[in-house]
Amino acid sequence: MTGSTLKLSNVESAYGPVKAIRGVSLQVPPGMIVAVLGSNGAGKSTILKTISGMVVPSRGKIEYGAHDITGIDPAAIVRYGISHVPEGRDVFPLLSVRDNLLMGAYTRKNRTEVPRDLEAVFDYLPILKERCAQPAQLLSGGQQQMLAIARAMMASPSLILLDEPSLGLSPKLTIEIFEIIVRVNRERGTTILLVEQNANLALNVADHGYVLENGRIVADDSCERLRAKEDIKEFYLGMRETGIRGERRWKKKKTWR
Amino acid sequence: MHFLQQVINGIAQGCIYGLIAIGFVLIYKATETVSFVQGELMMLGAFLGLVLITVLGIPYWLAVPATLLAMMAFGFLVERVAISPILGEPAFSIVMLTLGIGYVARGAVMMIPELGTELQVLPVPYRDQSVAIGGLIIGMERLVVPAVTAALCLMLYLMFRFTRIGVAMQAASQSQSAAYYMGIPVRRLNGLVWGMAAGVAAIAGLLLAPIVMIDSNMGFIGLKAFPAAVVGGMASLPGAVVGGVTIGVIESLAGYLLPEGFKDVAAYVVVLIMLMVRPNGLFGGEVRKKV
Repeated sequence: MTGSTLKLSNVESAYGPVKAIRGVSLQVPPGMIVAVLGSNGAGKSTILKTISGMVVPSRGKIEYGAHDITGIDPAAIVRYGISHVPEGRDVFPLLSVRDNLLMGAYTRKNRTEVPRDLEAVFDYLPILKERCAQPAQLLSGGQQQMLAIARAMMASPSLILLDEPSLGLSPKLTIEIFEIIVRVNRERGTTILLVEQNANLALNVADHGYVLENGRIVADDSCERLRAKEDIKEFYLGMRETGIRGERRWKKKKTWR
Repeated sequence: MHFLQQVINGIAQGCIYGLIAIGFVLIYKATETVSFVQGELMMLGAFLGLVLITVLGIPYWLAVPATLLAMMAFGFLVERVAISPILGEPAFSIVMLTLGIGYVARGAVMMIPELGTELQVLPVPYRDQSVAIGGLIIGMERLVVPAVTAALCLMLYLMFRFTRIGVAMQAASQSQSAAYYMGIPVRRLNGLVWGMAAGVAAIAGLLLAPIVMIDSNMGFIGLKAFPAAVVGGMASLPGAVVGGVTIGVIESLAGYLLPEGFKDVAAYVVVLIMLMVRPNGLFGGEVRKKV
């Protein structure tokens, strides 16, 4: 499965009068894991929602390979191979795990491949096979997150948009989820655009990172270099450099301000 | 003996309430709005059947599916043209809109000369037939109602449980945002749900027509089907039918045992008691929206 490059150019989205993202440009090359970091309300989720067609941008252009997908129907975007794992999992609570997964495959043209894909997904997330017949609301938080990821995989996507997979999960479970994400990326070649508040984890997993603040991209580099940057360390990784007497230098500011 | 007769009449009447209530529930579950046009859709279904059979002379067994299909298309169109654009507005506006559509429908039917203003009889093949069971004589038209209702419920159950589109309708009702993310065409499904609700209402109209006369005001029965939906829990299809039958039987017995006048308010008394004892209705589960 070879994907295409996702390219956002100068995208602006607003909720009524409130601008959530103000001119975001970013690129997600095929096969990579790209992370978007940022604090609460920076506009991370809005970027994903704009890509998947839930929010129509007021300006800018979104392209996936040769297709212009700006503001088109969410169903059409799924058919182009972009699957969204929504924030807070958003599984169908009363449907069985199996039906949840089948709904993920709703847009698939070739229905005969669906049972085979179901098995492939169970291979990554065996716990879901055990819970197959149970309603999704009975799953634990971590299992629901796994279900949400598996459901997105059922659309056979070339690009998965992941919105805060660590939300509300224990550190151990979070690491487990991230291991699965990396495995999906490495073994299936699925491109991943990841939005995370847990910057440490995201920077360890991703190849490339963007830092978002107040709806603008303020830094963009390979994750290795981002990890080494002083201001990223201080503001996102919580590592503080203190002077001999323990006070911080007043001059220490974010370099992008 | 009279008592049993009343119960049977009540069941037949209750099934009609139940069928219309299914429409309320379908639409409520899909779009979280209450449509008060269900009674008029039933009336339109009955009239369309009447026109096809008596005016155009189409045989009954052809007229029934034709009516059904036409009413489903009509329901779909109503949703696409009138309801869909204002979804997301306050629930009150949508309720007023459906009431308005109902008035327009009633007015339009009344404008048809002769047909719309007088009481009409729908000629059905099972007219004037009856079955005698142990001293009871039951009119065929009252036996057909529960049978068709049961068959219809079974079909709806199978559809929601096993077909892709049925499961997708459930999914869209449980989480509309997730349904959009999965690429489920939520808007088109809403239209289909309206089509189904209109189809079920049309069947109710065709079933009710041999029991009562057809006239342009028969849609007011919808106001008694709404309590049936509430008693059933508003979001449960089996609840709608059980609620409908409950109200039908109680109403029928109230007319038999209690003084004149109680029959007309019986449905509302049942709802009041229900709302006091079990506000969620017979089949209403606890609210399960969590963050």
